[in-house]
Amino acid sequence: MTMQMTQPAPVATTPRRLTPGDVAARTTSHNSLRETLSQTMSMAWRATKKMRRNPEQFFDVTIQPLLFTAMFAYLLGGGLSGSVEAYLPLVIPGILAQTALTACMATGVQLREDMEKGVFDRFKSLPMARIAPLAGPMIADLLRYAIASTLTFVTGIAMGYRPGGGVAGVAMAIVLTMIAGWSLAWVFTWVGTLARSAQSVQGISMMIMFPLTFMSNALVPVETLPGWLAAFVKVNPVSYVVTATRDLANDGQLTGHVGWALVACAAVIAVFAPLSVRSYKRHL
Amino acid sequence: MKHIPAVHAEGLVKSFGDFRAVDGVDLHVDQGEIYGVLGPNGAGKTTMLKMLATLLPIDGGRAEIFGVDVRRDPHRTRQLLGVTGQYASVDENLTANENLWLFGRLQGVSSRTSRATAAQLLEQFGLQEAANKPISQFSGGMRRRLDLAASLITRPPLIFLDEPTTGLDPRTRGQMWDTIRELVAGGCTVLLTTQYLDEADQLADRIAVIDRGRKVAEGTPDELKASVGNSTLRLRLTDAADQSEAAEVVRRLLGEDPVLSPESGRMNVALDAADRAADVLISLREAGIGITSVSVDAPTLDEVFLALTGHDTGEGSDPSATADKLQLEVAR
Ligand SMILES: Nc1ncnc2c1ncn2[C@@H]1O[C@H](COP(=O)(O)OP(=O)(O)OP(=O)(O)O)[C@@H](O)[C@H]1O
Ligand SMILES: [Mg+2]
Repeated sequence: MTMQMTQPAPVATTPRRLTPGDVAARTTSHNSLRETLSQTMSMAWRATKKMRRNPEQFFDVTIQPLLFTAMFAYLLGGGLSGSVEAYLPLVIPGILAQTALTACMATGVQLREDMEKGVFDRFKSLPMARIAPLAGPMIADLLRYAIASTLTFVTGIAMGYRPGGGVAGVAMAIVLTMIAGWSLAWVFTWVGTLARSAQSVQGISMMIMFPLTFMSNALVPVETLPGWLAAFVKVNPVSYVVTATRDLANDGQLTGHVGWALVACAAVIAVFAPLSVRSYKRHL
Repeated sequence: MKHIPAVHAEGLVKSFGDFRAVDGVDLHVDQGEIYGVLGPNGAGKTTMLKMLATLLPIDGGRAEIFGVDVRRDPHRTRQLLGVTGQYASVDENLTANENLWLFGRLQGVSSRTSRATAAQLLEQFGLQEAANKPISQFSGGMRRRLDLAASLITRPPLIFLDEPTTGLDPRTRGQMWDTIRELVAGGCTVLLTTQYLDEADQLADRIAVIDRGRKVAEGTPDELKASVGNSTLRLRLTDAADQSEAAEVVRRLLGEDPVLSPESGRMNVALDAADRAADVLISLREAGIGITSVSVDAPTLDEVFLALTGHDTGEGSDPSATADKLQLEVAR
């Protein structure tokens, strides 16, 4: 080994002139909002570094949009809408929501894996806001949602989809998908802080994700469903998002559905963000 | 306000189910000292440190760090502490530089200062050549040093070190000791745990010996050593089979049992005064017991430790009783 400690190189601690009493007096009782935001952004930075060094994290958001769009369009298009082309305006926004949801499922699994690592002991010992280690990676994940939604549109357009909303409509649909992904990720973050292992997070998340995506209007029109199912589909936040995305992408219009979708997202955050922070704190 | 203790804890308790990992420990660490917590595996060292560092809830008793109540005010407590845990707590996915920068940013240090401090610390710890390597390529010793560096970014007045040199080679270990001494010279207070008696002896101003969740003794290294006897006679018998007879001779002469290690025929005898050694040697000669080597030394903390915890002699299953018997409670 060639490493050596440099001899008494004036220690980093020498310039300190504050007595411990001064330091104790300067401590604060809480993180300010600004500190919390800055800590969250630092944690987001850490997550993007991690993504860049583990590019396999992008598999799900690149393969799935290509696969699902082609698969569902060809599989269900003829039966549901008469032709693949006619089905695309219905299914593309649906798949958009679906891939975003799958992408945010990984958030919980990765948080759980991350929390097992030694570095989380240090995060816990630092005077940082308890929401930062949770919200930070989720902000980095916005990149994943952006990739997933863009690829879904690209695949659709390659298959003959012509979004009536134009560039602006598509851009707004992508933004909405990212907002929805970020909001729903709180559900999986909560699961991540609760479950005992990454595997169980995966299992529980699947059980949440399948009903949320398939029991929605993502792939089929609600009118075709039996009453009890239609009732669930109508209150499912994913349905709000899908409807709103259709309005944006196909008509380029900021309809009331968009407003309701945002309200649904806000509701999910309002419930699951506090739950997540509370459960994360309990790990201490 | 000069004399607020760095750490003041009374009756700390931590239970895991029915098991009391820490069972009523009092701790008092003054500003500017190195305080060593010495104990074998499973003694409760890590658990105690984690409670003081707000990483585990305190089940019983109370603790203050520079007068700040740990339980009531965890956020303030965390601002006064640098914690280097027993296992490396740095991010494997980041480089050394990125790690230090991140920990600085997370504690409100500006990006520029954070970068400068990171560079300074990496140089101080001899890691500048590895600054941009991912941690996964670091050796154990490098990780340990980076880990300590990461605790120093905000220059906290109190540092917790959980077994800072476990797994290090002797040279790296010596370097770590120097670093710890420099920290204290710079005005820090250090609370460290160790299983190595020589480490506590070399570094610590005061030592608490803990075993099975209890403090069994406390004092300066010299006080602890003196309590076992002022010196130790070390003998090696020509014939290991003579051991029990030799032990009997010593017992008759000094009224105390020697410490035996049967395989090698070694025997250690605690003495009040070094000149009693001659009496022992003469008695052994008279009993016709051959000796291959003899030395008289100050006792090591090893012997203190064995005497206190009684693990090797098979007695003293209640550590506090052992301590009373040896009258070692110099704790105040
Ligand atoms: N989370 C936990 N759940 C149950 N028991 C625990 C837990 N953490 C520690 N223990 C038990 O508490 C006791 C003390 O553990 P601790 O880690 O504090 O010992 P230590 O003195 O640090 O030992 P070592 O020198 O091996 O690090 C051990 O018997 C251990 O098994
Ligand atoms: Mg330990």
